[in-house]
Amino acid sequence: MNAIAKNAKNLVGWIDQRFPLMSIWNEHIAQYYAPKNFNIWYYFGIFSMVMFVNQILTGIWLTMNYKPSAIDAFSSVEYIMRDVDWGWLIRYMHSTGASFFFIVIYLHMFRALMYGSYKKPRELIWILGMFLYLTLMAEAFFGYILPWGQMSYWGAQVIISLFGAIPFVGESLQTLIMGDYVVSDATLNRFFSLHVIALPFAIAGLVLLHILALHEVGSNNPDGIEIKNHKDADGKPLDGIPFHPYYTSKDFVGIVVFLMIFAAVIFFAPEMGGYFLEHNNFIPANPMQTPEHIAPVWYFTPFYSILRANTVNFFWIPAKLWGVIFMGFAVMIFFLLPWLDRSPVRSMRYKGWISRTALGIFVISFLILGYLGALPPTPARTIVAQIFTVIYFLFFLLMPVYTSIDKTKKVPDRVTTNAH
Amino acid sequence: MSKNPTDKARREFLSGATLVLGGVGASFAAIPFLSAFKPSAKAKAIGAPVEANLKGIEPGQRIIVQWRGKPVWIVRRTTEQIEALSSFDNKTLQDPDSNASDQPDFAKNAWRSKDSEFLVLVGICTHLGCSPNFFPGMDNKSMGADWKGGFYCPCHGSKFDLAGRVYAGVPAPANMPVPPYKFLSEDKILIGELDGESA
Repeated sequence: MNAIAKNAKNLVGWIDQRFPLMSIWNEHIAQYYAPKNFNIWYYFGIFSMVMFVNQILTGIWLTMNYKPSAIDAFSSVEYIMRDVDWGWLIRYMHSTGASFFFIVIYLHMFRALMYGSYKKPRELIWILGMFLYLTLMAEAFFGYILPWGQMSYWGAQVIISLFGAIPFVGESLQTLIMGDYVVSDATLNRFFSLHVIALPFAIAGLVLLHILALHEVGSNNPDGIEIKNHKDADGKPLDGIPFHPYYTSKDFVGIVVFLMIFAAVIFFAPEMGGYFLEHNNFIPANPMQTPEHIAPVWYFTPFYSILRANTVNFFWIPAKLWGVIFMGFAVMIFFLLPWLDRSPVRSMRYKGWISRTALGIFVISFLILGYLGALPPTPARTIVAQIFTVIYFLFFLLMPVYTSIDKTKKVPDRVTTNAH
Repeated sequence: MSKNPTDKARREFLSGATLVLGGVGASFAAIPFLSAFKPSAKAKAIGAPVEANLKGIEPGQRIIVQWRGKPVWIVRRTTEQIEALSSFDNKTLQDPDSNASDQPDFAKNAWRSKDSEFLVLVGICTHLGCSPNFFPGMDNKSMGADWKGGFYCPCHGSKFDLAGRVYAGVPAPANMPVPPYKFLSEDKILIGELDGESA
């Protein structure tokens, strides 16, 4: 044992003379000081990393049997499900993983909204995170086309047609994206390439930047207090604890619980009643016939609702283009959050009732828009969607006003936490 | 170390020249990569006209044929359905005279076809490209009071009449396009070609 330990130490020493191994380990793990008052909301960053690894691993295995062609794609997915040993598990891990990825990302983003994690000096972490979110949306969209079922086909048709609404260049842009005059084999093949090569690389790179930026300024916490303001004699934050071993061991417990829930869904409800895998996608793509009801997967439905809510032409711009513009704004407006929030405090714990109510109403309108987006449109539902679209945007547009007039509580000097 | 002082202007000129020349080179190198996004020669070649037989279509019935990868509908309208086409008031439809829509000249009329009995349409919604469903029933109350039979898009709720004209107050901005077609005989049409053109 002693000899092994000695050899290991020698090996690390050998590497360290040639590569900054220990300094990277110390800077980002062993001596990265994170606030000691993290709560359950601080799990979702690591959970999204776990899901990313899950998607990469299962994706590599799926690619071994999947065939990206209009003729073979649907049957190759069924082949994976029925004939490949454990293929069904790997496929369900991937498809359920996509939905879980979005669940944890949305909770991770909600955490940032709640504790003001986007506020100075963490604006760049937030912006990089938003780029990650956009890339993830593109990745999910391209991935959904691959099984080449009815929802894959018609979902792609609708989303690509959005680009056709852009004046002047729209139609040629649409052709350029599809590589054909209709959604076809060429479209499927190029989306496969983007899904398995280009975007995973982009996501990996952005994750790296996101974490580097985080470790430069340090983590926020539920109190929104800068722990670097109170340091001990060694220059370590008094309210911080090293990420390893404290948060690594805490995260391990969380990951185990998370994977238990993940496994339960994979085994007992991989389709989630049509929300994770839509029923119509078990019918092969048919360019001649749109299904009776089409809707995107749940994680896009809030934005889809906003798209559909635009039914009026005004200012000489057709409703179709307004829909696209508003949907684009609904996503992009998150980028501006660090500058829209004028509150002197970060955390909801010390913000006043107006900010709390606004966030509550926003979450409700996001959920209602999401629910409506999965249903077929009726005149009554369209009106409800229009009302909540307005509320959705008011949350952002009025933010500079209500965050500056809102009465805040005094923020303590040190983080509040109960000793365990 | 060289005794000569650094010639800054010379360095700036050299970096500038490298940047410009490198930029030009990179732009030219980007052309093949961008062009590869365009439809291939094979995709462009698939555009041949298709023949359709009208003989088996009963009044009130629709058939779907594939032309350039898109669904083309041929509907044989009943006499009542044809008469209903010119009975709309001028607020129900967005563009009743087909001024802003895509169709051959011979189809710029209330029934938007050469022969008023047979409607030929590209079955793609002008909103976001779904293929609307066929609802030929003229007294379908759930479609609204001014419904006289037509097409309903399940994606975003756009409505079209039995000539493919879009209703007002729906997301679709234009009437559905009529493809070029010509009659080869009394019950045979060729979709994708006009009279006076040859295959």
